[in-house]
Amino acid sequence: MQVLVLTLVSFFIFSIYQTTVSNLVERGIQTSTSFFDDVAPFKIGFSPFLNFELGKTTYIEVFYIGILNTLLIAILGIFASTVVGFIVGIVRLSPNWLASKCALIYIEIFRNVPLLLQIMFWNFAVFLATLPPPKKSIEFGYIFLNSRGLHTPIPFIEDKSSFNAWVFILLLGVIFCILLSRWAKKNFEQTGIKRPIFIYNLLILSSIGFLSYYLLGGPLEFDVPVLGKFNFKGGGQLPLPLFSLWFALTIYTSAFIAENVRAGISSVSKGQIEAAKSIGLNRSQMINMIIIPQAMRVIIPPTISQFLNLTKNSSLAVAVGYEEIVAVWAGISLNQTGQALIIIAMTIIVYECMSLFTSFILNMYNRKVQITER
Amino acid sequence: MTQTTKAKKVNLDTNPPIIKIDKLNKWFGKFHVLKDIDLQVNKTEKIVICGPSGSGKSTLIRCINRLEVHQEGSIVVDGTELTDDVKQINEIRSDVGMVFQHFNLFPHLTVLENCTLAPIWVRKKSKMEADELAMDLLTKVRIPDQAKKYPGQLSGGQQQRVAIARALCMQPRVMLFDEPTSALDPEMIKEVLETMIELAESGMTMLVVTHEMGFANKVADRVIFMDEGQIVEQNDPKNFFNNPKSDRTKLFLSQILNH
Repeated sequence: MQVLVLTLVSFFIFSIYQTTVSNLVERGIQTSTSFFDDVAPFKIGFSPFLNFELGKTTYIEVFYIGILNTLLIAILGIFASTVVGFIVGIVRLSPNWLASKCALIYIEIFRNVPLLLQIMFWNFAVFLATLPPPKKSIEFGYIFLNSRGLHTPIPFIEDKSSFNAWVFILLLGVIFCILLSRWAKKNFEQTGIKRPIFIYNLLILSSIGFLSYYLLGGPLEFDVPVLGKFNFKGGGQLPLPLFSLWFALTIYTSAFIAENVRAGISSVSKGQIEAAKSIGLNRSQMINMIIIPQAMRVIIPPTISQFLNLTKNSSLAVAVGYEEIVAVWAGISLNQTGQALIIIAMTIIVYECMSLFTSFILNMYNRKVQITER
Repeated sequence: MTQTTKAKKVNLDTNPPIIKIDKLNKWFGKFHVLKDIDLQVNKTEKIVICGPSGSGKSTLIRCINRLEVHQEGSIVVDGTELTDDVKQINEIRSDVGMVFQHFNLFPHLTVLENCTLAPIWVRKKSKMEADELAMDLLTKVRIPDQAKKYPGQLSGGQQQRVAIARALCMQPRVMLFDEPTSALDPEMIKEVLETMIELAESGMTMLVVTHEMGFANKVADRVIFMDEGQIVEQNDPKNFFNNPKSDRTKLFLSQILNH
C-alpha cells in the first residue's frame, strides 16, 4: 500500500517536471542564471543600504536591494506593532470602561478590514490627500514632511580618525556601564539596597558621549535636505509609500497582537494575583514579577506567527509602490527577463529563510520563558 | 490616627486583641454574605472556623487581609484599621500570612524564589539574608531538598507546605488558612496538618477555615460555627463537639462526623 502511494506520488512529481521542461522548450525559454550580471534597465528610487546607479546596477544587485528593503519594512513593522499591540492590549483590560471600549473598537475595526484596503486607504485617501506638495512642506527645523515623504538630515563622517576615537570612547563607556550594573546586582543581593541603575547608566553614557563629541571637535557632519526644483535633494528620505505601508502594517498587526496580549494577561489566574497581594507586593511589583512573566509564555507563540504574517504581508507594498522584493524582483525583473521559474523560486526561498530565522530566534526565547514542570 | 488608637488600647488593656472585627457587613451584589460579624482574636490564639459551604467563612478571613472589601463595620489588625489606603493595606498584608486552598505558588519561580520574593522586595532584605531565612523555614516544613525545584515538580502536599513556608518568610503576626487541605489527597492531608500543628505549637496566631475536625479538636482554642453569614456558635473544642447548643450546629456536626 505504502509502496503504491509512493510510486503514484513520484510519478506525479515526475510528470509535472516533464511538462514544465517541455513547455519551457516549446516557448523557447532557457532557464539560466546568466541574466544575474546583466544591467537592470530600470530605476529604483529607494535604496538606502546599497547604492543604486541606473545603467550600472545589475539584476542580482536589484535582488539584494529588494531583500534589504523587505527586511527594513519587516523590522520597522515588527518593532512598531509590538509596541502598539502591547499598549492596546493592556488598555483593553483597563478597568476604565471608556478606555477598554476604545481599545475594543480599535481592534475590531483594524483586524476585520482587509490589509490591502487599509494600505491603499492610508496611502491614497489619507497621506497623499492631506500632505502638502514639496514646495509647501511642513517644517520642523531641518526636517521636512510633504507628499513625497519625510526628509531628514543624515550624519556622515567628516574626520575618520576622530570618529574612530569617539566610537572607542563610547565603547569604553558601555563596558564601564556593564561592570557597574554587575556590581549593582551583586551589591543588591548582598545588602538589599536597590539603585536605579538604568538611569545612572543612561546619564553616564550620554554625558560621556556628548563631552567626548565636543572635545573631539564634532567628528560628524550633517547632510541637510535642500529644496530642489521638484523635490528635496540630499539628506535622508523616508518615502511616503514606505511610511504608509509601515503605518498600515503596524495598525493591522498590532490589533492581532493586542488580542494575544489580552489573552496572555487574562490567562494568569486570579489565585496568582491574590497570592501576590497576600504577601504584600504592591501593584507594580505584582505586574512586573508575577503577571508579565506568566503572561509572556501565552503571548509569545501566537505573536511569532503575527511577526511572520507581517513579513509576508509586506509584499502588498506593490499596491503603493514601495520597492521591496516582490515589487522589484518578482515584479519588474520578472517582466524584463521572463525568467519566471528561477525568480519565483528565489523569492520563495527568501521569504522561507526570513520566516524560519524569525521563528528560530523567537522559539529560543520562548523556550527560555516556558515553565518547568515534571 | 492609627497611633492614637494604638496608644489608647494599650492603656485600656495590657493584652489587646490582634484582630478586632466590629459589626462587619458585606454584600456580593444583593447577596448578604456577612451579617453583623463581631470577632476578637487574641495573640497566639488558634481559631478554627467551620460551617457549610456558602456560609461566608472564607469571605470572613479574606476580609482580614482585604482580598475582599467589606462595606460596613470595621476591621482592626494589630492596631491598624483597614481602609482604602493602599499603603496601609500593603502593610497589613505583609504582616498577615495567607495559605490558599489551591496553594497559588508562582509557577515561574523556584521554591526558594517563591519564598524569598516578598522578603527581598517588600521587607528589603538582602538576597543572602532572605535565602538563609527561607532555607530555615523550608527545613521546618521538611522540604529543604526541593528548594531548587519548580512548584510544578512537587506533589500537592509539598506545594502546600511551600506555600506555608512562603507566608512564614514574611514573619507574619497572624496566619490565615483558607481550606488548606481541601484540594489534597488523604495521605497528603496528614503531612500538611502536621506542619500546621507544629506551627501552632510555636505560638503563632492562626485562623483556620477547615473541615478537619480532628485538627480543630487538637489545636484550636476556640471553634466557630458559621451559617448564612452569621456566627451561630463559638466555644472551646471540647464543649463545641460534646454538647453543641444550637440545632443547626448539631445537624452540621452529625453530617460531617458520620460520613
